[in-house]
Amino acid sequence: MTELSGEPPDLTGETPEAPEPTPEGTVPSVAARLAFYQRAGGVITPLLTALVAFLIGGLVVYATTGKNPVSTYKAIFKGSGLSWLSPVSVHWHTFYPNAVKWTGWNTGNLTALNLQQTLIVVTPLILTGLAVAFAFRCGLFNIGGNGQYTVGAITAVQFGVWFSGLPGPLHVIIAMAAATLAGAAWAGIAGLLKATTGAHEVITTIMLNWIALWIGSYLVGFNGPMQDKREISAPVTKSIAPSAHLHVFWGNPLLQGLHIGFFIALGALVVYWILLNRTTLGYEVRAVGFNAEAARYGGISVARNYFLAMAISGAFAGLAGAIDLLGWEFNLDLISVQTVQIGFIGIAVALLGRNSAIGIFFSALLFGALLNGTSSRNLDPSIFKPELAGNLTRIIQGLVVLFVGADLLILYLWQARKKVRLLQRKAEQA
Amino acid sequence: MVDEAPVLELRGITKRFPGVVANDHVDFDLRRGEVHALLGENGAGKSTLVNVLYGLYHPDEGSILVKGEPIRLHSPKDAIKHGIGMVHQHFMLIPVMTVAENIVLATEPTQGGVLLDYRAANKRVAELSSSFNFAIDPGARVESISVGQQQRVEILKALYRHADILILDEPTAVLTPQEARELFAILKTLTSQGMSVIFITHKLNEVLELADRITVLRRGNRIDTVDRQGATEQGLARMMVGRDVLLRVDKGAPSVAEPLLSIDDLHVIDERGLEAVRGVSFEVRSGEIVGLAGVDGNGQSELIDAISGLQRVSSGTVKLGGRDVTGVNPSSILDLGLGHIPEDRQLRGLVLEFSLAENLALHDFDKPPDSRWGWLFPRQLVRRARDLLKRYDVRGGGPQTRAAALSGGNQQKVVLAREIGRGPSVLIAAQPTRGLDVGAIEFVHRQLVEARDNGKAVLLVSLELDEILSLSDRVLVVYEGRIVAEHGPDVGEEQLGIEMTGGGREVAA
Repeated sequence: MTELSGEPPDLTGETPEAPEPTPEGTVPSVAARLAFYQRAGGVITPLLTALVAFLIGGLVVYATTGKNPVSTYKAIFKGSGLSWLSPVSVHWHTFYPNAVKWTGWNTGNLTALNLQQTLIVVTPLILTGLAVAFAFRCGLFNIGGNGQYTVGAITAVQFGVWFSGLPGPLHVIIAMAAATLAGAAWAGIAGLLKATTGAHEVITTIMLNWIALWIGSYLVGFNGPMQDKREISAPVTKSIAPSAHLHVFWGNPLLQGLHIGFFIALGALVVYWILLNRTTLGYEVRAVGFNAEAARYGGISVARNYFLAMAISGAFAGLAGAIDLLGWEFNLDLISVQTVQIGFIGIAVALLGRNSAIGIFFSALLFGALLNGTSSRNLDPSIFKPELAGNLTRIIQGLVVLFVGADLLILYLWQARKKVRLLQRKAEQA
Repeated sequence: MVDEAPVLELRGITKRFPGVVANDHVDFDLRRGEVHALLGENGAGKSTLVNVLYGLYHPDEGSILVKGEPIRLHSPKDAIKHGIGMVHQHFMLIPVMTVAENIVLATEPTQGGVLLDYRAANKRVAELSSSFNFAIDPGARVESISVGQQQRVEILKALYRHADILILDEPTAVLTPQEARELFAILKTLTSQGMSVIFITHKLNEVLELADRITVLRRGNRIDTVDRQGATEQGLARMMVGRDVLLRVDKGAPSVAEPLLSIDDLHVIDERGLEAVRGVSFEVRSGEIVGLAGVDGNGQSELIDAISGLQRVSSGTVKLGGRDVTGVNPSSILDLGLGHIPEDRQLRGLVLEFSLAENLALHDFDKPPDSRWGWLFPRQLVRRARDLLKRYDVRGGGPQTRAAALSGGNQQKVVLAREIGRGPSVLIAAQPTRGLDVGAIEFVHRQLVEARDNGKAVLLVSLELDEILSLSDRVLVVYEGRIVAEHGPDVGEEQLGIEMTGGGREVAA
């Protein structure tokens, strides 16, 4: 109650006295409303956060281009392909072929194509979001998703190039497992440092990002050990063997259709939930995250959990790298190693998704749609300037992170509203 | 000496927090030269009321009158301006600064408006201090003086700002009996010079010793204001709780058997690298409660942590039921039959964001029937919680309720349910009733005595001498990391007080 009340801090250091609510009068209704709000707050706050971010993003559009932000957002929505889902009637025949005629998963349809691209972006965002969220539940802030993703991607390429004789599914599994382990090991370094020396994970994961970036640059760059020597003009690795490609289940594989990595990401969401809520490991991680001292007193090894939580986080991010490589990139070039942002967007995904599995799904969808909807391929220059396109996503991402503190703001406004009412009541009485 | 015109009056003060009415039309008046005690359980609304009075909270309804004039307090600054001073339970002093510097802080005398005039500051503080017989060196650093003296610095701070109404929030909670006595003498000097004192407490004996009048609050309501003459502990307790309360612990003679906890020449180094426990040896036997009395910070916490494996033992041994557990990890020690009610239930005893079911599983979640092969069975957690919550009469929530939503007393019951419910052979209870109200204290005490009667060895560590004396079958006194004395249950409070502050070292056992 205290934190929420917006009252001056209690200087006595005691928890303010909170007698039981009286059964009659107006008090319980306020309490009931507040309780309802708090329960609803789990959904309302992130929605408001996103809304405010979009509003300010709209102002940016208006200020820089003078165009109507609504048409800009419409264009982004269209470009994301999410409209494929909205006019269900149009797709009625997709599900009920006898109704009109079966057109199947129409890859020729631009909207369907856009949606496939969006979901391809959503896939790693879910996983890097989970990488941030899992550490968060243990009280750790994993800024290193990007580095862990890079390490995973590099490992996946190498394993995809090797073992080219293996049968498809086995090759995919080996490459993904290796990348997942590599991501786990990379983040595990930060976890180990935290557990043994207390080195702050924010610092170490940022450092590890840079180390991953430059190791990757060396490996992939000109004359690097992984560079494809046949390519004299481009710093890029060999392409992975076809047996390591993820199966494309929707759309044309040649046109970068949607691969089964999407379902792996959805599976990861389930794993995340089960791991946290149905295993002793999850119990320990949550206990340490909520109150490390109580966990220690309870007989839980805090250091062990710091290490494990970071390693599992890194596993999610490493898997993200593998899925991108095996799903649609197939090789890794220097520029992508140096400009990848997926891990950082994962922070915004986790924050907006409130570290819950379902929340992460929806916020990954939002950011995926934004990223793909603003990609220059989908742009109509008459609606907004290409220069603004990608940056608008970044602006909204930044605003989301900024507004995650919105809980406080909203509760403050709630309090203020209550005060205004009391004043009104007083004025009426007078 | 007590004259009739009130220097301060609160009329119909109402303060609401979301979901609760902390003060419901409370009236209060303070006469010149009196000590007026504000008595009530935790959560009765005492702190809220004085925070309103000190300008920290704004009342939703009601008015404040100082010397008959209605005033509005927007901040503590306003309160100070009207001569109201407050001494918080936790002191607001800067340890590295001197007494005088702390006292003049924010109203420093200056030379030419820029430079701090140390000499003037020291002189004025010295004058003030001697005029009230405070015996404080203005040049001493705050960190080097005792807690009792620090409290006097806080009082001087208020006096320096020309306070004539002094609010003391649970002032004796941090003091030894001797220091408390000295404080009472100071307060009597102050009132004899025309100051008025509001004294917040939940200790009945202090009220009867010191106060001229007593106002009892319960659940935000003023129950009554009574004169000390004619007031009794039993009567006040009934007003506080709303029913008859057993103030004395009812217990039979101990039937002591074999030692279950043996500590031998234990040494522990604390986090700062200092030796906090310096060669402690004692035994706790089946069927007895051993009380460990001492002023806070004399090695009690480190001793408990060393026994429960949370802190490394530098030398010596800890035996649990005859088995050497020195250096064994905490979860194994818990499994070998230790129950540990920790000092701070919110920091340690509970994961406040966890449900009660999860909290009750804190020691056992990793073994059957709670889990198997790392797989947790939430339904089993809930089943056990339902049983324990019923047995220990936890109110205010079910197995799925978050621990944070419970009151302090019920939170402590959850901790007791977990620690005693596991059936340990040795039970350590550290400050088991801190911050609890009279009713909950009664419950906790009964549980401890019951544990003893069931043949457990109970080690009670408490800063409350009343508690030590009413529960213990033997009393050990700890001072600067050593056991300096051992007594039977009928030792006097005075004697313990002297030994707790190092006065009894000559007669150390």
